[in-house]
Amino acid sequence: MKKVFKMIDLDCANCAAKMERAINEIDGVQKATVSFMAQKLTLEADDARFDEIVKEAAKRIKKVDAECELVVKS
Amino acid sequence: MSRKQKMMLTRILAGAALFVAAILIPAEGWLKLVLFLIPYLVIGWKVLKKAAVNIAHGQVFDENFLMCIATIGAFASGEYMEGVAVMLFYQVGELFENYAVGRSRKSILELMDIRPDVANVERDGAIEAVDPEEVAVGDVIVIQPGERVPLDGTVLEGASMLDTAALTGESVPRSVRPGEGVISGCINQSGVLRVRVEKEFGESTVAKILELVENSSSRKAEAEKFITKFARYYTPAVCFAALALAVIPSLITGEWMTWVKRALLFLVVSCPCALVISIPLSFFGGIGGASRQGVLIKGANFLETLARVDTVVFDKTGTLTEGTFKVTAVHPEKMSEPELLELAALVESYSTHPISRSIIDAYGREPERHRVTDVEEIAGNGVKATVDGHRIVAAGNSRMMESLGAKWSPCERAGTIIHIAVDGEYEGHIVISDTVKPDAAQAIQALREMGVRRTVMLTGDSEAVGSKVADELGLDEAHCGLLPADKVEHVERLLKESKGALAFVGDGINDAPVLSRADIGIAMGALGSDAAIEAADVVLMNDRPSRIATAISISRKTHRIVRQNIVFALSVKAVVLVLSALGLANMWAAVFADVGVSVLAILNAMRALRFRD
Repeated sequence: MKKVFKMIDLDCANCAAKMERAINEIDGVQKATVSFMAQKLTLEADDARFDEIVKEAAKRIKKVDAECELVVKS
Repeated sequence: MSRKQKMMLTRILAGAALFVAAILIPAEGWLKLVLFLIPYLVIGWKVLKKAAVNIAHGQVFDENFLMCIATIGAFASGEYMEGVAVMLFYQVGELFENYAVGRSRKSILELMDIRPDVANVERDGAIEAVDPEEVAVGDVIVIQPGERVPLDGTVLEGASMLDTAALTGESVPRSVRPGEGVISGCINQSGVLRVRVEKEFGESTVAKILELVENSSSRKAEAEKFITKFARYYTPAVCFAALALAVIPSLITGEWMTWVKRALLFLVVSCPCALVISIPLSFFGGIGGASRQGVLIKGANFLETLARVDTVVFDKTGTLTEGTFKVTAVHPEKMSEPELLELAALVESYSTHPISRSIIDAYGREPERHRVTDVEEIAGNGVKATVDGHRIVAAGNSRMMESLGAKWSPCERAGTIIHIAVDGEYEGHIVISDTVKPDAAQAIQALREMGVRRTVMLTGDSEAVGSKVADELGLDEAHCGLLPADKVEHVERLLKESKGALAFVGDGINDAPVLSRADIGIAMGALGSDAAIEAADVVLMNDRPSRIATAISISRKTHRIVRQNIVFALSVKAVVLVLSALGLANMWAAVFADVGVSVLAILNAMRALRFRD
């Protein structure tokens, strides 16, 4: 499944690169891109564990920059 | 300015006032330290906090941490004023950087603001404004003048002019009438239109274009990959160099204070932000600027390849030529040109064949069909009919003329020849051919001027037709009578021969294998054609070949800006690093090398957005 998420307060391009790296290392992620320009995360991951992966991604984003928020619509 | 930026500004101003106060109040010893610590904390507590949080998360080498070390170091060595000043300067720079990036991002997004806000749907006789995403296929929408067309559809009622500039970069409006299609993203200029929706929003032209441009940043250019990799090693390397600089000379000379201070400068310079921000920003700006010109580039990597193009290979039909047939010459034997054309139009008036249509178009009026009787179509040869009840007119190829016993004469023009005979007597012929696009010659010229070494045309058409077009346009090479597989072979040969990159330009519909084989595939006239958008790397929304030169020059400009930024940022940093090691640079120079360079690089990157023909 492929989904696009909005990100709020993604302030630095270097952080975006770090987040991208961290999210790509999550198990089950096929491809993740963090676009600093569009302030968006495009996530392509296994269907079965998708929600779990999104949660983990949000956590890893916080780890890089505590002020950055991933908008997850339920 | 966002709320966050305003808060930051307030903090900076308050801190600056307290800082001035601390300088003015004469105090010594502990009191002095406290006086300077107040503005330091007001300005910098967020930086300190962020550094602490990030260390807890295992992210040690970030710029917050480095600024903390540098300023705390200054305090420790008794330079209170410098410590506060550096933090202040750093925060001012950060604010400015933040603001500049936000602004640039916004202006790029505004440039691509083709997303419609509402659709006015007719429901039970009343008009209701809804989100375009809620409109279903088959619904009827009403578009007032001045409104953006929200969804792709067919006009049921009304006529108007559509401004397609946001999609194609074309300033001439397009006229629409009932039965014709409208494309989302255009602006309705003059009349009210009732439109039947043909595609859901997610499938509409606007949604496709937006998705394409927004996703373009996920295909990274080599320069971007280089910088990301570089940043990964650069920061730790400078930090270890700083540590070495602090320890090794100090052990030898014993002057700890001097060397630690120099090492602190290293830390300030170690952030690769100028590059990490400005390079993707340049590419994004270039892609945004190009989309404004009706050129969609699917990724930063393609922008980079486009800059290196030295061979451009064209398909003929639909790319260099209009791809539609037009009457290009009328050669009568005895009667006048309009008379011959009228006879032909009358005979062809019942046919729907493209050739017949082009004759009727050239005639310019609706032929008076009541004058025509006994129409007989002779498959593969032509049409025969009785005009005004007494003249038997035949229009067709040479075989038809021979069967009638009419003595036809050949034509020196290339194209399809329609011979006409009246009562078995030869009356002349009409030449129908595909016409060259008005700006095709100019496009080839422009490409040559910008240093493209080779322009080649590949076509399935006959030698006669192909070489005429090639001569007319001044192409370097033309290969005619090719099957699709031959085209691939030619492209492969040219790929081997080209030093730079090879671009193939086609209509994107039947040349997919060649498009994917070339270094970069350009599809043109793609407005409304999903297949072309899918197949190519670069999509020209209008059908003007001169946009290829536009695309190349935008990509070259972007590429130049990227290179300038890399060279500028790295050399300033290198110079400051050397000067600090030698003890010739101060904290101000170091902060400039960090934040100042970032701001300048961002401002430079913004130039990529602006492009004029």
